[in-house]
Amino acid sequence: MIGTTAEQAITRTHQEEWARLVADLARRFGDLDVAEEATAEAFAAAAERWPREGVPPNPGGWLATTASRKAIDWLRRESQRDAKYQAARMVYDDSPPEPTGPVEDDRLRLVFTCCHPALAMEARVALTLRLIGGLTVAEIARAFLVQETAMARRITRAKVKIKAAHIPYRVPSAGDIRERLAGVLAVVYLIFNEGYLAGEGDDLVRADLTDQAVHLGRLLRTLLPDDGEVAGLLALMLFTDARRSARVSPTGELVTLAEQDRGAWDRTLIAEGNALVRERIRAVAAGGGPPGRYQLQAAINAVHAEAPSARDTNWPAIVALYGSMLQIDPSPIVRLNRAVAIAEVDGPEAALAEIDQLAGPLDGYHAFHATRADLLRRLGRTGESRSAYNRAIGMAGNATERSYLTRRRDQLPGAGSGTSTRPGPGGC
Amino acid sequence: MSPVPRYLLSAYGPAFPDTGAFDERLRKDGHLVFAGGLEPAMTATTVDGRGALTDGPYLETQDSLGGLWVIEAADLDVALALAAEGSRACRGSVEVRPFRTAKS
Repeated sequence: MIGTTAEQAITRTHQEEWARLVADLARRFGDLDVAEEATAEAFAAAAERWPREGVPPNPGGWLATTASRKAIDWLRRESQRDAKYQAARMVYDDSPPEPTGPVEDDRLRLVFTCCHPALAMEARVALTLRLIGGLTVAEIARAFLVQETAMARRITRAKVKIKAAHIPYRVPSAGDIRERLAGVLAVVYLIFNEGYLAGEGDDLVRADLTDQAVHLGRLLRTLLPDDGEVAGLLALMLFTDARRSARVSPTGELVTLAEQDRGAWDRTLIAEGNALVRERIRAVAAGGGPPGRYQLQAAINAVHAEAPSARDTNWPAIVALYGSMLQIDPSPIVRLNRAVAIAEVDGPEAALAEIDQLAGPLDGYHAFHATRADLLRRLGRTGESRSAYNRAIGMAGNATERSYLTRRRDQLPGAGSGTSTRPGPGGC
Repeated sequence: MSPVPRYLLSAYGPAFPDTGAFDERLRKDGHLVFAGGLEPAMTATTVDGRGALTDGPYLETQDSLGGLWVIEAADLDVALALAAEGSRACRGSVEVRPFRTAKS
């Protein structure tokens, strides 16, 4: 009984306190290595002592004190190993965090350091998961399908660069924060998609990445409650995650948005996403500036979430939202997505005309051919549809998607039953 | 307190045109330690560990090192912002590399 309680307490404290402990130690000791090691050691001590001695009344405080002590021990050991650094390393800053504008949380500094643009994207992802998410190196290595030693090297190299190149431990200045925050959100969304699009459906380690990204999204929301894109990204992840169990069939095949059992969508997550979207709509209406891409994507997902079926979806609203997105990001992928919605408003012929203009840039993209195949099918152009499916199948990256496309292709001779299912890009 | 970090900014590009205004700004704001443009890579001579000579640069690259600055900057963000200005001034790419310090 006591054992279970201690275990639960450790799991909960790990979720709530890990990033705070690392961030606090990093500021006080000016060294990410020390911060990471000491925090990990403090949790190891908790795992050993709490089941035996009971959970302390203030678990977070216990861990902070223990981690501080571990950090000092660690530095002492290090300095004995190399005495000439002793003076430099034993001087540490024990002052409260200095004000950094609207936000003063050390965790935000840590986020910006881990996601610094001078680090390679894969290094940012790994550092963020380790130092902020608290995943072990082994867990991160498994999630990204690389050897643990390779992942350890990646993280070590990033920490060495942060130290040697003097990457600052600071929230960027007002002039830079927009761009730098976009970089942070990109890291979080990449982690989310890495887990979500894994495709196999049964890979728990990868599903953990999705949870971890949502956790990071919530943390950013706590740290930057007024930022529209932070709210937008969290909402987008919540809506997407709400469909997690509905998007893969029991046989492991991808189920498109149109075919999904909407009763299986997680209504709690959707409600949370809706609240965020409504908040952003109010903020934009009150003159808070135009919504960014995550807010628009979240809004598109909100429209899908409220629709009882694919047919009864407010497609004109979705076309309009993709139109706004094209203003920010005039990319062929956004145009492809908009074309899928256009098919529902103006018919497959109009959509096909739009899509055929994208053949140049998207010829190597399987979703382009899959979307084309579906529109051709709906227009009764079976032969062309079949060859488009064949091209899509040849390019599809994972087995789940391939088996879905193969089934659609093999159903072609009997096409025209009227059920409309469409493999739109991002449509699941 | 630890000394101000130093960075080597290496300018790569087809040429190393006039960067006088940028050099002056570095000097005025107290960042400049050293600045200099280089003769083309074909004028270089490489000496190996045993003293043997080779006519030409150590690394044969498309765009060779055209010039360099040594600057002092509070941190990498400051150095990168200066490097961005430098890359506009020399119309090439600028590599930013920290100098080794006692602590690292």
